Amino acid sequence: MDEPKAELKLDLLQGTLDLMVLQTLAAIGPLHGYGIARRIEQVSGDTVLLNQGTIYASLVRLQQRGWIDAEWGTSDNNRKAKFYSITESGRKQLAKDAQYWQRLSDVMGRVLAMPAEGGLG
Amino acid sequence: MSALRRALARIRCFLQKPPLDPDLEAEITSHLEMAIEKNMQRGLTAAEARRQAIIRFGGLDMAKDQQREARGLMRLDILLQDFRYTLRSLRRDHGFTLIAILILALGIGANVAVFSVVNTLLLRPLPFPNAQQLVWIAPPPTKCGLSCATYSSDGYDVFRAGAHSFQDVTGYFAFDTSDNLSLSIGAGAPIQATSIDVIGNFFQLLGVQPAMGRAFSQEDVHDGAPPVIILSDAWWRRQFNADPNIVGKAFDMNGRQTTIIGVLPKSFDFGAVFSPGTKIDAIGPLNLNATRNEGNIVTFIGRLKPGVSLAQATQDAAAIAPRLCNNVEVLQSCGGYQAVPVVLKDYVSGKLRRSLVVLWSAVGGILLIACVNLSNLLLAGAAARAKEFAMRSALGASRMRIVRQLLIESLILSGAGAAGGLLLATFLLAWLRSQGSIALPLLGSLQIDGAALGWTVLIAVFAALLFGLLPGIRMASGNLQEALKGSGAGSGSGRKHERLRSTLVVAEVALACVLLVGAGLLLRSFLKVLDVDLGFEPQHAAAISVDFDNSSPTRDGALQKQTLVLHQVLTRVSSIPGVQAAGIVDYLPLGQNRRWGLPFPKGVKPPDGIASGPLVYVSTPGYMRAMGTSIRGRDFTWDDGPKSTNVVLINKSYARFLANYATWPGGNAVGQVLTSGNQDTLVVGVVDDMREEGTEGDTGWQIYYPITQNFPNSAQLAVRTALPPSTLATSVLATLRELNPKQPAAEFRPIQGLVDHANSPRQFFMMLLGSFAGLGLLLAALGIYGVISYSVTQRTKEIGVRMALGATRSQVQVNVVATTLRLAASGIGTGAIVSLLVSRAIAALLFNTAPSDPFAFGGMVALIGIVSLLAGYLPARRASHVNPMVALRNN
Repeated sequence: MDEPKAELKLDLLQGTLDLMVLQTLAAIGPLHGYGIARRIEQVSGDTVLLNQGTIYASLVRLQQRGWIDAEWGTSDNNRKAKFYSITESGRKQLAKDAQYWQRLSDVMGRVLAMPAEGGLG
Repeated sequence: MSALRRALARIRCFLQKPPLDPDLEAEITSHLEMAIEKNMQRGLTAAEARRQAIIRFGGLDMAKDQQREARGLMRLDILLQDFRYTLRSLRRDHGFTLIAILILALGIGANVAVFSVVNTLLLRPLPFPNAQQLVWIAPPPTKCGLSCATYSSDGYDVFRAGAHSFQDVTGYFAFDTSDNLSLSIGAGAPIQATSIDVIGNFFQLLGVQPAMGRAFSQEDVHDGAPPVIILSDAWWRRQFNADPNIVGKAFDMNGRQTTIIGVLPKSFDFGAVFSPGTKIDAIGPLNLNATRNEGNIVTFIGRLKPGVSLAQATQDAAAIAPRLCNNVEVLQSCGGYQAVPVVLKDYVSGKLRRSLVVLWSAVGGILLIACVNLSNLLLAGAAARAKEFAMRSALGASRMRIVRQLLIESLILSGAGAAGGLLLATFLLAWLRSQGSIALPLLGSLQIDGAALGWTVLIAVFAALLFGLLPGIRMASGNLQEALKGSGAGSGSGRKHERLRSTLVVAEVALACVLLVGAGLLLRSFLKVLDVDLGFEPQHAAAISVDFDNSSPTRDGALQKQTLVLHQVLTRVSSIPGVQAAGIVDYLPLGQNRRWGLPFPKGVKPPDGIASGPLVYVSTPGYMRAMGTSIRGRDFTWDDGPKSTNVVLINKSYARFLANYATWPGGNAVGQVLTSGNQDTLVVGVVDDMREEGTEGDTGWQIYYPITQNFPNSAQLAVRTALPPSTLATSVLATLRELNPKQPAAEFRPIQGLVDHANSPRQFFMMLLGSFAGLGLLLAALGIYGVISYSVTQRTKEIGVRMALGATRSQVQVNVVATTLRLAASGIGTGAIVSLLVSRAIAALLFNTAPSDPFAFGGMVALIGIVSLLAGYLPARRASHVNPMVALRNN
């Protein structure tokens, strides 16, 4: 199967979206798919223009990995919705991934800040 | 950890797809409702709120697909979809499917069966531990039979002590005849069985552990050792009802209380390895001291030391062989020995290598024909389905997916074919296993094992790719618009299509030609072998092993006693109604034999360099008549006693050979005197050359001594009758019983059986190759029929036009048949050229038949011509019944 190629392309996006979802759930507590999507958009100042539908692939992935739990419940305005909450192993994963992203963005920042005229020395 | 968890979850989801989808559906609905509500709160109209919500959601179906893909195993889903679709379409077209599977099952079945035979006989090591170390040690092949292929007891001792490349050397007594053991239980008639005596270390050397009890030890082969025996697994089950406590029990065998010390494992069958086509019921210990004066009697089997190469062992053996003596106390008997080790596996099945390779190639050819046939069928189908594929393509199916689907189709077909083939092969092998009388080694251990299963899978996939690829490529490279637009028939691409299919048929016919020529040549050889002058008349004759007692304190007494007993036996048997002649010999033709010395014309010194003398048989008066062999001179008489002149009969070959050295008037040996040692013998007659070992090759020198003056190794009573021999079985046995209550219930074997046994390997290969050629012919005929029939269907309109323009029925018929014959002729032409090349490669398998035998080639041409005529006639008939009006209106 030609799975790996497709996975690779998705993985970049996946990694970020999955992390965002985990962080959102960790920060706010149990939330439904729409809420998570809205929250991410708001926090990013609507710079991340997310196809909200893609969140569901991310959610099922995280759930299958055991990092989040899901349960049908009722929303504030009395609507049936599926609520997701982060699990213990999800929190650990979040800590690990957050650290990784922090380091990566630091490195990227430093690399991109390199002065343009610097030769090989 | 989480990855594994996810993988399991995905598989779970894959398996329970339906219940999960509504859940997602509900979730998305709730998502959209919430979004719409939010948008309406922002003051949008209901319709606009809904529109915005859906835009932000970004493609409902895509989101669902993404989620499903993340959740389950999408690709497998698609594959399953294709699989189900293919199954549906195959089921719809069940006629085609059935024929395709049948063709494949035949092709694959033949391949798997032959592979199992090849694997067992050639590829797999012999069923012994470290079998590659085992070697068969014998002189280079000579004309003088078994005596020249064996060594004496003294020779064995010297060789064993002197050969340093071997861990050990063993052997077995090569002159045991079948039915040489008679087992008496209680008062019943003795039971006949066959046993072989082996040197004490035989089982240790081969690495065979008895399933019960113990192997022989040094104590069993001393002078005066209590008699012991080891049973074969088969005999233990048949004769002793698989008695678990058999070890330690003693039975009367050949008049001696013999203790059973062990039972051999099922995996060890002496006959299967060392004497194909015969069954050995029991194995006894060989006391080398007792046989010390009997000359060459044992074969050598050695086990090389680890790390010793065959070349080293060959040198070693060559160095020791000249030191061997027939008898260490007789100086003249030393020297003249040769010993060449060959890998035991090669000794057992090396002769069959060529035949097996031919068989293997033949079934490979069958598989190719089957694949070409299917490729053709699929091509025809693909042309009909071009529109369907174009439509699917236009609807968004990728080219890859279409090719994949075609490949799945061929894989399903070949998978089903392989299943059928395995079934077929299982039956074939079961049948072969039961053919105990075919003189081929290791047949009993044929089975579908892991290797055969692996081979099945391999050729199934190979076949699927082979016959699926061509239609697949054509499909994928076709112009979709063209296919959608055009009707296909009569257009340029249709012609191209037909040309490709015709080429395939020509290839198929050519392959079938090669197979037919091969089978034809083998058939011709077999007929020639059947035609060989055996020197005796096998029809209407049968033989039975006779038990007799000649115990006497003196040599002359023993001779007189055996003469008396056997004369009485023959007199009584001859008087049984229906018996025309009866006689006794110790070794029947086409079996075992031995050699004593080189009797030479009296007064002539034998030239140097003649290593071997004639084969020796001890017989009674009447034996030649019973065998249907003619004598020039006179037969033995009962009066040729111990006190009268020593007499012999010699065969024509020997007489011709001796005449070269003697000054016999007219070269006539009758009445001449031969000397051997210090003994003079008178040649009283010259007899026909009887085939001593095989029906092919030259006959050796033979000499017959009378039973009245010499001791036979056994007594085989040969009876000639005008009736079917089996009708005499009971009366002959009853007569023998009457004279000797100890006469065991031996088998009454037709002499024709001996000939059949000798011819069985050739017959076996010929039958197999013949059936494969038949199969190839059938497939080729199917191929021709398919192509012609298809082209007639395609050209219905054209035929209609022709007929409308005045072509008669017979003209249309002739036209179609001529097309067929053109195809067949190209195939035959190509096939004949290839056959000429191939037949040279199998020349070594032929007997008195030239590789370019005109009968084989002519037969092939005639057969294929007739079959293709038939295959073309049916479509031609259909074509001639085309109704021009209907043909022109439709399509």
